[in-house]
Amino acid sequence: MSGNGRTERSEAPEEEPPARVNDFAFKVATANGTGSASANGLILKAIYRMGIPVSGKNVFPSNIQGLPTWYEIRVNKNGHVARTPRFDLIVAMNPSTYAQDISEVVSGGWILYDDSWPLAKSLIRQDVTYIGAPLARMCVEKFAGARERILMKNIAYAGALAALIGMDVDIMQQLLEETFARKKALLGSNHTAFTVGYDYVRENFGLLPVRLEAMEPDGEYVMMDGNTAAALGCIYAGATVAAWYPITPATSLMDNFRELCKRFRTEPDGSRRYSILQAEDELAAAGIVVGAGWMGARAFTPTSGPGLDLVSEFVGFAYYAEIPCVFFDIQRAGPSTGMPTRTQQGDLLSVAYASHGDTKHIALFPGSPEECFYLSVQAFDLAERFQTPVFVVSDLDIAMNDWRTPRLHWDESYRWDRGKVFGEEELAQLKTFSRYLDVDGDGVAARTVPGVGAEGAYFTRGSGHDRHGRYTETEEGYQEVIDRLLVKLETARRVLPAPVIEQHEGAVAGLVCLGSSDAACSEAIAALAERGHQVNKMRVRAFPFSNDVGAFLRRHAIVFVVDQNRDGQLRTLLLSEVHTDRTKVHSIRHYSGTPLSADHVLEDVLPVLEPHDARRRPPHRSTEPPLEALRIMSR
Amino acid sequence: MSSITKPLIVTRKLERNALGLTRLDYEGEMSTLCAGCGHDAITAGIVQAFFDLALPPHRAVKLSGIGCSSKTTAYLVSQGHGLNAVHGRMPAVASGANAANRSLTYVGISGDGDSLSIGLGQLCHAIRRNVNMLYVLENNGVYGLTKGQFSASTDVGSKSKRGASNQEGPIDPVLLALSLGATFVARGFSGDKEQLVPLLMAGLQHQGFAFVDVLSPCVTFNDHEGSTKSYTFIRKSRQEAAGFVPYQAEIATQYGAGSVQPITMHDGTVLYLRKIDEDYDPTDRAGAFSYVSERQAKGEIVTGLLHIKQDGGDMHDRERTVATPLRDLSFDELCPGTAGLDRLMDEYL
Repeated sequence: MSGNGRTERSEAPEEEPPARVNDFAFKVATANGTGSASANGLILKAIYRMGIPVSGKNVFPSNIQGLPTWYEIRVNKNGHVARTPRFDLIVAMNPSTYAQDISEVVSGGWILYDDSWPLAKSLIRQDVTYIGAPLARMCVEKFAGARERILMKNIAYAGALAALIGMDVDIMQQLLEETFARKKALLGSNHTAFTVGYDYVRENFGLLPVRLEAMEPDGEYVMMDGNTAAALGCIYAGATVAAWYPITPATSLMDNFRELCKRFRTEPDGSRRYSILQAEDELAAAGIVVGAGWMGARAFTPTSGPGLDLVSEFVGFAYYAEIPCVFFDIQRAGPSTGMPTRTQQGDLLSVAYASHGDTKHIALFPGSPEECFYLSVQAFDLAERFQTPVFVVSDLDIAMNDWRTPRLHWDESYRWDRGKVFGEEELAQLKTFSRYLDVDGDGVAARTVPGVGAEGAYFTRGSGHDRHGRYTETEEGYQEVIDRLLVKLETARRVLPAPVIEQHEGAVAGLVCLGSSDAACSEAIAALAERGHQVNKMRVRAFPFSNDVGAFLRRHAIVFVVDQNRDGQLRTLLLSEVHTDRTKVHSIRHYSGTPLSADHVLEDVLPVLEPHDARRRPPHRSTEPPLEALRIMSR
Repeated sequence: MSSITKPLIVTRKLERNALGLTRLDYEGEMSTLCAGCGHDAITAGIVQAFFDLALPPHRAVKLSGIGCSSKTTAYLVSQGHGLNAVHGRMPAVASGANAANRSLTYVGISGDGDSLSIGLGQLCHAIRRNVNMLYVLENNGVYGLTKGQFSASTDVGSKSKRGASNQEGPIDPVLLALSLGATFVARGFSGDKEQLVPLLMAGLQHQGFAFVDVLSPCVTFNDHEGSTKSYTFIRKSRQEAAGFVPYQAEIATQYGAGSVQPITMHDGTVLYLRKIDEDYDPTDRAGAFSYVSERQAKGEIVTGLLHIKQDGGDMHDRERTVATPLRDLSFDELCPGTAGLDRLMDEYL
């Protein structure tokens, strides 16, 4: 590999290292608001279209323009595309973060930078290779106007990168044509910019040992983020009323819902089979959803942690008054405002028991965009069947990053489950209608919707009420309803989505996770198996936990619970809801705001498993600190 | 919210409306408010308005928050569904219910604590949304259920029952609604049913958010000397700007030509506006604002229909929702099915 005269770089290795095909990670460092997001999206999609398992993680600031932002791409032929903190290549396009970015590349790795300006001597590492390309200078020569020069530099680094890692140029050209199908003028300049970067690197450097080769995909995939999939789920579930207050990372769910509604729910005359109300705050958004659910429409609101605090008031109301409604909680790093653009699973306890008094809520935990779709549809069925709030608990990593996810399919035989709703016919056969009377013994009482007729009219209230819906302050009248709500949840618990369990021959340890932790956990388990440690995995998909969840905990001598929060909230939920020996439960926690990686899991699992498996000494005695003790992150 | 089932009192001959219903068909459970409470008179006024307009009672939706006023939704139109939301949050629930079904008649009942303190934001934004509903603020300037604290509508210098003088400036619901661009703003008095019932009727017929502030003295905690929300004080200070003539037949004989102005409501009915002050123009929002505030500075409380804007477009007009209530749309009308999904998936390849 050779550079031009202006390239500063370390000693080139004596011999060309062996090629590492479809198994590496790189990171693009830019400033936000400069148009790099679309270039990064093109890179991700080009690799994806080559049939290679790939993921892109957008690490962005809570800011509009000018602050550092990164895009991490990992390709892995075995399908392990959880985040990795080890980068083989850095595309360093933001001088303000050069020092940090250059320090993060692995020893023996590569740094692609813009050598329109020289690199400070202090930034030179001896164990990495520097690849300088005068991208800004070439863009100044090719394009007029500051804005276009800045924008096109992004496409230029995409071209440079394409030449370095062997991206399929035809696919990239095709993507540019699709992207700019309606803006032909932009197609030409984008093509020029891509070619400038590509040609320069091809002529001066050539292919790196970390490189791409097209693969035959093992199934049908799409490239989609979780919020798009969830919005699509709302469309397919027949949701008509949506209320919201803008909040990262939930906003794009409503943006997508609106776009999908325009497409699928608009009459030829422009009238709409939906209503989207932007409320004054999340509390009002929740009130709108409760009002619409009470009226008999399917309604939802997407929010995140700070909004979850506000909606709690209505969550308690809907739980007690038994009104169907769906809440999407797209988790971000808390507490308080926290880090709005970073991911976490910090709302598990808040969701499970939201609002004061005795409450407990149904929550679904999608582990991928694919599940965001299917579980969203199911959430509306569950909400109406059990007349209660249902949470779909996602997180920023699933919601806002593009995932290679199995193509979505629709079951034409599906019909929505509206639950027990008495219309005029059913009411005519009744002597009297009692709103909260459990006739079937499943804890679910039939409801009516407003306007149905005098016989079905009742008063909905969050104050103490009896089986007839009448105000009460009597011990029996109040307690009967409160007790029935538990019966109802018990019925629900039996039909909620089952956990996904993966068993391995001879495993004595079991690992429990949920949501976006899945990919990193799968990769960690595969790595453990290579070292001779067999570990079973259970991905929890719903709360309250089904019997399978308890059985899994009980049948393993060692249990690891993986949380993306500081306090081990999933662990706490499991130990408080499920009977098991708590001393065998080890908590693995990652909460820095980045998505979980297999490294995080291995780091905590190995110290427990290695001595255990070496001595084959069952059962394991835990030396874990008390549950209350906080763990200081090691990285 | 407690209530007592009303004993059935059989009277010989009850007046029937166009639907063949009597006033009893629009009543609810027995009130548990204090004897003489202004709110009970408003309840009676709403019952009368529903009866006079011959609205089908089972198509009524009654919403409220928390407080003495919010209890009253149980005391009227028992054939309609009711909902007692959490404190101050009725406007959001009403917005959502209305979004889901535009074909019903919505009545929201609230108080000064519910609407002007804990729920001020919700009221403001329901006004902005122009939700099609009658919104009655039963205004007594005091927290009753918690035993007599000042509210956000208590005037400066108004005295509590124990003699304390309020120091914080009040929020005037009418000026608030006018400044937010409410499309129907009225003020009534629970002690004047003749003025109140036509205002409520007009509010029910208005296509949009009909805001009616009703001064409603609290006989237990705020009807003493030194209070500006007592029966005596309101009667003394009240001025009517413009009101509705309740019965069409009386127009010609009772009022001189020129002082009565016909207003055609959204549903085609014509209401007759009787102007006390010839210069007063209820369609002029800025004029209404200055008229009310100027009179207020003189210690007068202006009542009547204060502002109306008929072409505001309610929430559904603005959102362009289909005529069929959203909650009545069938699954097939909402789900794009396999074909839709397949086409969409091809765009994410």
